[in-house]
Formats: sequence, C-alpha cells, structure tokens
Amino acid sequence: MCASVKYGSRGPALIPRMKTKHRIYYITLFSVVLLGLIATGMFQFWPHSIESSAEWSLDRRSVHDAPLVRIPMSSPIPERGDLSCRMHTCFDVYRCGYNPKNKIKVYIYPLQRFVDEVGVPISSTGLSREYNDLLSAISDSDFYTDDVTRACLFIPSTDVLNQNSLRIRETAQALAMLPRWDKGMNHLLFNMLPGGPPDYNTALDVPRDRALLAGGGFSTWTYRQGYDVSIPVYSPLSAEVDLPERQPGPRRYFILSSQTAIHREYRVELERLKEENGEALLLLDKCSNLSQGLASVRKRCYKGQVYDYPQILQESSFCVVLRGARLGQATLSDVLQAGCVPVIMADSYILPFSEVLDWKRASVVIPEEKLPEMYTILKSIPHRQVEEMQRQARWFWEAYFSSMKAIGMTTLQIINDRIYPYAARTYEEWNNPSVVKWSSVNSPLFLPLIPPRSPGFTAVVLTYDRIESLFRVITEISKVPSLAKLLVVWNNQNKSPPEAIDGLSLDQTHMVERSECINKFASVFGTMPLKVVEHRADPVLYKDDFPEKLKSFPNIGSL
Amino acid sequence: MQAKKRYLISLLTGAFLVLLFYFGGGVPGPAATGSRSRHGYSRPEQPWPHFSDPLQHFSPWDQSDTEEYNVHISPRQKRDVNSSVYKGKRCRMQSCFDFSLCQRNGFKVYVYPQQKGEKISESYQNILSTIEGSRFYTSDPGQACLFVLSLDTLDRDQLSPQYVHNLKTKVQSLPLWNNGRNHLIFNLYSGTWPDYTEDLGFDIGQAMLAKASISTENFRPNFDVSIPLFSKDHPRTGGDRGYLKYNTIPPFRKYMLVFKGKRYLTGIGSDTRNALYHVHNAEDVVLLTTCKHGKDWQKHKDARCDKDNAEYEKYDYREMLHNSTFCLVPRGRRLGSFRFLEALQAACVPVMLSNGWELPFSEVIDWNTAAVIGDERLLLQIPSTVRSIHQDKILALRQQTQFLWEAYFSSVEKIVLTTLEIIQDRVLQQTSRSNLMWNSHPGGLFTLPHYSSYLGDFPFFYAELGIKPNPKFTAVIHAVTPLVSQSQPILKLLVSVARSQYCAQIIVLWNCDKPLPAKHRWPATSVPIIVIEGENKVMSSRFQPYDSIISDAVLSLDEDTVLSTTEVDFAFTVWQSFPERIVGYPARSHFWDNNKERWGYTSKWTNDYSMVLTGAAIYHRYYHFLYSHFLPSSLKSMVDQLANCEDILMNFLVSAVTKLPPIKVTQKKQYKETMMGQSSRASRWADPDHFAQRQTCMNKFASWFGGMPLVHSQMRLDPVLFKDQVSILRKKYREIERL
Repeated sequence: MCASVKYGSRGPALIPRMKTKHRIYYITLFSVVLLGLIATGMFQFWPHSIESSAEWSLDRRSVHDAPLVRIPMSSPIPERGDLSCRMHTCFDVYRCGYNPKNKIKVYIYPLQRFVDEVGVPISSTGLSREYNDLLSAISDSDFYTDDVTRACLFIPSTDVLNQNSLRIRETAQALAMLPRWDKGMNHLLFNMLPGGPPDYNTALDVPRDRALLAGGGFSTWTYRQGYDVSIPVYSPLSAEVDLPERQPGPRRYFILSSQTAIHREYRVELERLKEENGEALLLLDKCSNLSQGLASVRKRCYKGQVYDYPQILQESSFCVVLRGARLGQATLSDVLQAGCVPVIMADSYILPFSEVLDWKRASVVIPEEKLPEMYTILKSIPHRQVEEMQRQARWFWEAYFSSMKAIGMTTLQIINDRIYPYAARTYEEWNNPSVVKWSSVNSPLFLPLIPPRSPGFTAVVLTYDRIESLFRVITEISKVPSLAKLLVVWNNQNKSPPEAIDGLSLDQTHMVERSECINKFASVFGTMPLKVVEHRADPVLYKDDFPEKLKSFPNIGSL
Repeated sequence: MQAKKRYLISLLTGAFLVLLFYFGGGVPGPAATGSRSRHGYSRPEQPWPHFSDPLQHFSPWDQSDTEEYNVHISPRQKRDVNSSVYKGKRCRMQSCFDFSLCQRNGFKVYVYPQQKGEKISESYQNILSTIEGSRFYTSDPGQACLFVLSLDTLDRDQLSPQYVHNLKTKVQSLPLWNNGRNHLIFNLYSGTWPDYTEDLGFDIGQAMLAKASISTENFRPNFDVSIPLFSKDHPRTGGDRGYLKYNTIPPFRKYMLVFKGKRYLTGIGSDTRNALYHVHNAEDVVLLTTCKHGKDWQKHKDARCDKDNAEYEKYDYREMLHNSTFCLVPRGRRLGSFRFLEALQAACVPVMLSNGWELPFSEVIDWNTAAVIGDERLLLQIPSTVRSIHQDKILALRQQTQFLWEAYFSSVEKIVLTTLEIIQDRVLQQTSRSNLMWNSHPGGLFTLPHYSSYLGDFPFFYAELGIKPNPKFTAVIHAVTPLVSQSQPILKLLVSVARSQYCAQIIVLWNCDKPLPAKHRWPATSVPIIVIEGENKVMSSRFQPYDSIISDAVLSLDEDTVLSTTEVDFAFTVWQSFPERIVGYPARSHFWDNNKERWGYTSKWTNDYSMVLTGAAIYHRYYHFLYSHFLPSSLKSMVDQLANCEDILMNFLVSAVTKLPPIKVTQKKQYKETMMGQSSRASRWADPDHFAQRQTCMNKFASWFGGMPLVHSQMRLDPVLFKDQVSILRKKYREIERL
C-alpha cells in the first residue's frame, strides 16, 4: 500500500514507459504480495487444523494429563433433583436463542480429575470408554460448540454413567464446582446404571439441582415427563459382536430367556411355562463350568448344552427382558440387535426414548404379574405383526441403540425437538424404517389431501399447435358450471401450425417419443410410479337404457 | 538507480508481508491464550480430545450379575411396596387402579344413579348420557371397571353459580366410592380468583381426573387425561365438520397470525396477553386485546387500554379466524382457553402460548403435527417462527387440524369417548392402539384394538405401511330359504363365485329355520364351502366377524343374487384400489324430505347414490368386526327385529368411518327385476312396509350417528373400454356388457 502511494504521486505516465524487464519484475512483486495475502487469509480462517495436527502428533493425549481439582470438604452440595421441573420452569430457553437452523448448541466441559481433600478420586473408574465415546461423538457433531457463551446445553465431563463407581457426595460437589453450573440450569447428565443396593433407586442418586437427566432405567415415579430423557443401557457387546440382519419370520424357538441373574421367583414361573409348552421355550442360564470373566459373558447354557450369546438370540421370535434390580437392562439392546421381539416385563419402566419411539410397534410389554400368561399372550399376536416387529426392533437398534454415538445423538435430538417443536422430527421420521420412507415423502402431493368440499376446479389446457381443437376445448369447457378458472399453457415457441388437425396421435414418432419419456421418468424415480387399474369412472347412468334427458351427464359417452 | 529501486521495493514488500502476517496470523493468539489460562490447561479449548489410553468399560462384565444375585427382595414384594407408597399426587395405574375389575367383564363403565334434588349442568348431563349410550355402559356396578359420579364436578370455581357445595361429604357417603379407586372425575374449571389452583376443593382420593387446563406439574402421566375446554353449547353428538372447504396452494391466508381476546392487566396469566401489542403490526399479524371485562375494569386500566380497546373494535373475530393461517392461543387465567377448539375447527393452525399446559389428549395425540407449540418466554420470536414454517408444513398442519377436530373434538360425545378409549388402552396394555392409529385417518375411535394390534389388518394403513391387501376374498352367502331344488339361484351363485380366480373360500351362513342340507347337496367347487349355522338366525349374524373369514376382503351376497364370475372378478379388482370402501353392484340413495322433515330412502334410478347394498358387495372384513363391536345393541336389535336395514346400517357405518361414499361398479340392471321374480325375498320387497321400515331405520340411524354420515357419489366404475366401440375381443371383462 505504501508503495502504490509513493509511485502514484508520479502519475500513471510512468507505467507505459517501463521496460519489459520491469514489467515482469512488478508482476512478480504483485504475485508475491497476493500470495502472501492468500496465505495469511488461509491461516486466519483455518488455524485449528494446522495448529492442532501439529500438536497432536507431538503429544498423544492421555486422561492423566487432565488437571487435578481438589474438592474442599465444605464445598456446596446441589439440591436433590426437583421432581416438578419442566422445560418451562427449570430450563433457560433464552440461552438457546433463535437460530435459522433450529439447532441447539452444546458445550462440553474440558476433562478434569476431581479428588477429595485427601486426594482420593471421586470415581473408581474415572472416564469410562463409553462416556468418552459419547463425548467425542457429540464434539464431532453439529450440536457442538466450543464457545461456552453461545452454548444452550452444557455437558459435564464427569462420568456418571454408572452410579456404582461414584462417590455420591463428592460427585455432586464436583458438579456444583463447574464454572457455569448455575443451579444445574441447562446441564445434561448421562446415567445408565442408577441407584445402588439395597433398594436401587430408579434415577441417579447424585444431587443435581435442576440438571436434566438422560437416564437408563427410569420408573414412572422418577421420570419427569417432557424434561428428562429415558435412554437405553448400552450393551458393550453390540460393538464387539457383528450380528448380520436376519430376514423376519418364524424362528426355531418361540420364546427365549437369556438373562443370567433372574430372580428365583421369576425363574420358577418361567420353568413352569417351559414345562407346559416344551420346545417352544428356551431358558438359558449362566454356564457353571466355565471360568469367570469375559468368555463367560459370551456363553449361555441349558442343561449342560452351551450356546453362543448373543447369536442364540437370533434363533427366537420373542426374547424375554425381565427387570432385575434395575428396570433398565442391557439385554434389551442385545435382543433388539438380534431382531428378536423383546417381551418387556418391568412394571412402571419408562422405555428408552419413549417420548419419540412407538414401542408398540417393536415390542410387547407385559405386566410382571402376568408372566404366567406370557405364552398365550404372545401366541395371540398375528404372524405378520411379529415380522413387522422383528424388522422394527432391528431398526430401532441400528438407529438408536447401536453405539454411544447413536444414544447421544438421539438424546440431543429429543431435547432439540423440545426447544424447537415446530421444527421437530415427525413420528414417521422417528419410527419408519427407511424402506417405507419413500412412500411417505413429505411433499404436498403425497399428503392425504382432504377432498375439497366446495365445487369448482381449474382447467389446465396444454396446447401445442392445435389451435382449432384448442378453441373447441375452450368453448366446451367453459360451459361447465363448476369451472372456476381456465388456464392455457401455450407450448409452441416457433409457431408452425400443423397441416393435419388430428395428426398428433397418428404420428408414429410421437408415440415413440412418449415411450422414451416414460422410460426416462421411471429411471429418474427409480421405479415405475404409475399404477395400472382396470376400471374407469363413469357417470352413474352411463350408457344405460334410460331417458337421456334425465341423466346428469347425458353427453358423456357421445362425445 | 535501477538496483536501488529494486532493493527498495523488495524491502517494502518484505515489510508489508511481515505486517500482514503479524496482523493476520496473530489474531487467534490472544483468544487461545485466554482460554488456556482459564483452566490452567496447556492447550486451547477444542473438540473433545481423542484419548489414547485404554479406558475401562462403564460397567464391569460381572457387575450386574453379582448385583442381581445379591438382591433378596422379591419382585412381588417390591410391586406391593410400590402400589402402597405411590398415592395421591403420585398415583399411577399400577398403584391406584385395580386392573382386576376390568379383567372379569371387560372395560365397562358404571354411572351412579342421579339423586333427586341434585342439580346437574347441561354439559355434565351430556357427558353422562354419552356414557350411558355408549357400548361401555353397564348399569351393574358389580360388572364395572370404571365408575363415573353423577355429582356435577365440571365447575369447581367457588364463585360460579354451577358450583356444587358439600361435594366432599356427598362423595364420601357414596357406598361404592372406595376412596376413589377406579373412579373417573370430569372437570373443566378449578380454583378461582386470584390464584386459580388446580385443586377441586374435595378429596379425590385415588380417582383419575379428566380435566381441562391441567398443568404438566399436576398431571399424573398415564393416569389423568387432559381434556379440552368446551363450552356449554358444544353439541352432544355429531357436531359440525371442520371449516376447511378447499386447499389453496400456496396455503397462505390474508393474515399470518391473529388473536382477539380479553386482557387481564394484573394477576396470574396476565403477562403474556399484556405483551401481545409488541408483536401486533396491524397488517398480517393482528393481535387485539381489550381491557373491558368485569365491572370495575376502569379501576385497573393502564395507559394502553384506550388505544387497545379502539383497535379491538375495528376487527371482526370470525372474519379473522377464517382468514388467518395461524391463530394465537395464549393462556388466560387458566391454561386452556376456548380459542383452542375454535382455531382447530377453523383450520387456523393454533400457536400455543401456554407454558406448562398439558395439551388435550396428549397421551395419544402428536400435537406437533397440528399446532405450533410456542413458549411464552419467547413471544417476540413468534412472528419469525411462524414465518419460517414451510408452506408444505402449513398445509400438513392445517389438514391435521381438521382430522383431529372431526375425530376427537367436534362433540361432547367424541371428547368423552376419546377419554374412555385412552383409559381402555391402558387397561388393554399390549394390545392397545399404536400412535399411528390415533394420529392418522380414521382415528382411534374407529380403530378398535381388540380386532388386531397389527396395522396391516386394518383397511386404512396399507399405503402407510407400503403393503397391499391379501389378493383373495371370502364370499359370505346369506341363506334364508331351504334347499329344495337343484335350480335354486343360490346354487348357481355358488358355482359362479367359486369360479372366480380371486375366491379363497365360500361361507354359507345358514339362517334358515329348516335344518342344514346334507353335504352332497352343495355343488362341487374348487374352493372350500363352509356352512355355518347362524346362532340366533338373526340379520346381524351376517356381519359377524367369523374366524373362518381368512382373507381381508369379504364378498357379501344374498342367496338370490345373480352375479357372474366376471362381475365378481371386476368388482374385486376395483376393491383392491379402494380397500376401505364398500364396492358393489346394487346402489341406493338417500335424500332429505322437506315435507316430512326427515330422511328419505329411494331405490329409483337416479344420477347419484350413497349406498351400495350388501346383497352383492365387497368390503374389508374389519367392518364385520366394527359392525358387531362398535355399534350399540339398540341399533343391532332394531335390525334383528325388523329383519331389515342391516345393509343400510353397514353403509352408515362405513361412511361414518371413511367420510366417503361407497363405490358402485358397472350397472347391474337385472338386479331389480330378478328380485321381483323370486320367492322369499321378493315378497319382502313387494311389501310396502318393508320400504317404510327402511325410511324409519335411516332416521333412527342418523340420530344415533348425530348426523347423516352417508355421502353421495355421481361416479360409477366400469371396466376400461366398457361399451366403447372397439372389438369385443379387446375387452377383458366382455361378459359384463352382455348382461
């Protein structure tokens, strides 16, 4: 800039006098400046990847690098969750703001390692693999923001998925220490295994003020409808075992029970059912002869016979998911993955994502006390419905259960739908497998239009060259009393009147062209959307032996 | 000089670049350092890091096992504990409802007998008579699963003239009260000025509430039912249809968003309406409030009142309602308001501004498909929100308002039945209706879950599921005369129907007093013939949902019907395109008789029809179930006593469900003449009483349905090329023309 001013004072006369050599020199100079500008610009708008990739290769990140935070004994404890919290009372909607994308912004607190005054960590496991997966999935998603001031929802990095590994009081204090905690407003906690012995509460026991809870195993008494989100208990098996989808249909067993630690009371009842119905039921239990540990998780036994789990689930039409100490069971996820219809017996359980998923289409819910009637109840379900449910179960797993990412994204989408209800995903989008999607395209053409109840229609006349017949059509149509408007589409750009009036349909190339059109259109649609019918609509007294003048439409058929 | 100049320029360029680099590249620096210093972290804040260390699973493999084995408390005990602990405000079906009462006799509702001297408001009277006229009603409390008080609980506003005093003692003295267990209490208004609490002013015990304006905090999910606020003029049955007469594309109307109503100035619920003027623009967003209400409004009057009142007078409410795309439904003193139903009926998409209102029938209705749920806190965003809604969505919302209005809200009867059906769904549990049944045509009241829980078994969801009905039909022949000769029309009919390529089986319903004929008397056919002896030999038995009907389609036939195989085939192909309607041959029509002020019935040849008689018609087997289980016994016994009108009733039923006319296929002109020549049936047709009876039936049916459900049609479906001047050899259904 300085340069141009300096030479600018001498006027433009200088430039034409320059030699070719100088011209090249100036061109090079300007290119250098331009390149410099571009490089700076790129650096400006693309700083992170350049910076971070360099940094990543340098230090492999470890959870142990996270800063240590000591919780003072006297640090405040949040209040227990308020059961009357709802979005309009405990959630600050102003933070989400109005945005054209209708998408909430989610902030994740950086990882910290909380310890108490004597240096004992608040959690025995620290960050779990699943919670790490969940948070990285969220940070990779559209919801994520690294700008804490723009965030609408805050997710603590403290892992509370499993209450067993937590020290309740200290965890609560750690939460309250978060810089934006503000009585838990707009904070979201993920918990899959709530409660502890002996009575196993159905919601996380950690006091959490107004924080939203995405919990696995809510009962109707702890679930704050429209505020909390009920999530599944993730099954780590789903990542390890690849069960290919199976065609729906009847399977080898009718009912399968694969849970290992079923309460005695229920096992007795299941065994009685097995006695009554024999081979149709398969009751599996833990293998007693196998060593403990991971291998035993993948095996089930019945009278000394060993079965592979979860593969065996694919051999049954229905799979029992009974409540245990907790209402939410990881088995549900395995069962859905196998395309087996879950038979859920857990009174008062709020099914995962029940706010949006229509579980009636993918599962059978039976009250616990009706366990002895299970067989008759299931037998009464029509075959076609069972197949539909098997398909739906598998689809639910794929879309909403298969990974921590799926679980996290679904949870955020549900909260998003509450904040922007007018842009919420529809029932069809949540519940219809993609196969069906094509038939319910969201376009006004596909809406089940309510037939108009007022008389009147618009006539659209497409014309190409045939002026005479066009006039005839217009005069005829305009006689119709219910005609509201007549629209003529003039398709002739070159204006060359035809020689024969009715030449169009006799013209062979015309029909060939139209056949080509049909093939082209069908290939664009991917299928032939036109349907063949063998009927046509006629007036009621069409061509009947009846006085013509008494007919409503006497001319039809004689045209 | 050249060298000097060159040197200078390169120096300048260098300096320039350095400057650029500093200002450009240096900018992120401070921000990054800022965030760094914040948590004492060595790195800038950024997406969640990808940790390299091996992390543990959140739940050790053996955790659940060990835990479960250590649980000693029996599940049964646990259930008992739950049901004893969770009472009152924490009532749920599991803890406050006795399911065993419903298992014995099904879902039956008992209404307490009305006591002398008790005043009952018109609205509550309508509710009670709806229940008494419904198929759920039982007069025996021993059979009942649900109890409804005859004490008027609708208006619990102490200042209201309808308020019933001493309700507490009256309720407690009821012998069957049982602390409200399995009781349902209807309520429209609760609380009074100034705080409008949702308390009913008496102890409801474990009773369920069907309440208007209920808030999410007080609403006990899956136990209470939120009902809409309706006025005392709301019709008992039938009810007006929605006002949407036609769809316009694009779907915008004169106004974008309107509201006209009272403003309370102070007190509960006044904030939102007081702020509406901020959004009002007098063009396409017209939000009008008036301060004039009550006697002493002048006392509380604020600075805006006069201006607002003047503006308020300028517009006509009904004009705005019918010409607006969206209608604002802000809360009043209570959460619900009449605006809601008014907007719904007028196809004006409701924009809810009533934080914490549990919307009517929220347990089953997906309100996002018919309304815009706004937030009172974000009033100023409302105009831009509604403007951002795409036209396709507006069209979909608008149509859904009409569906919901007609399916659940247009009459007191519908509101009450919907409430009962929701509770029944909870009792039925796994066989209850799915969300799709409630939220798509024809709605939950016509989709009976006992029939099947599978959507594909109903005639309404084929398109949604992407499937087709079963490609076969079952013929049901109604036989009333003994088999004496081999030339009887029923035998000819059997043969020609059996020859149809779509016929799966033929059921002969033997409704004749004479004993069943020997098996060999029936002609040999390629499809099985099943003979069922009618139970009481009554008319209604022809529409029994027999288990032996295995196909989706039923071809219903009279024994003297003359029908060729081609006609059967053609009618069936037409039915496959219209599986929810009656498709058949003999058509009849109804008309309004101005002189007699009643409905008339005609079998004359006319230019339109509204019924297709079930003497030769195909329809979905679901309608057999609906006929037997949906219609009240009063109508069915009328049909049985007259031995007449069953076909009219079936047409009423199907048209009430579909809101569409039946479909007549190619003229079968012999129908009438052959009728006359026949013995048994002909005598009935010749009988003038028979015709008069049918008129009476029509009027009786229309009064039960609350209106005339039949719809006229001017269309008949013929085979393509029917009676066209082309060679007969090119026609597929050529036999039809020869008849």
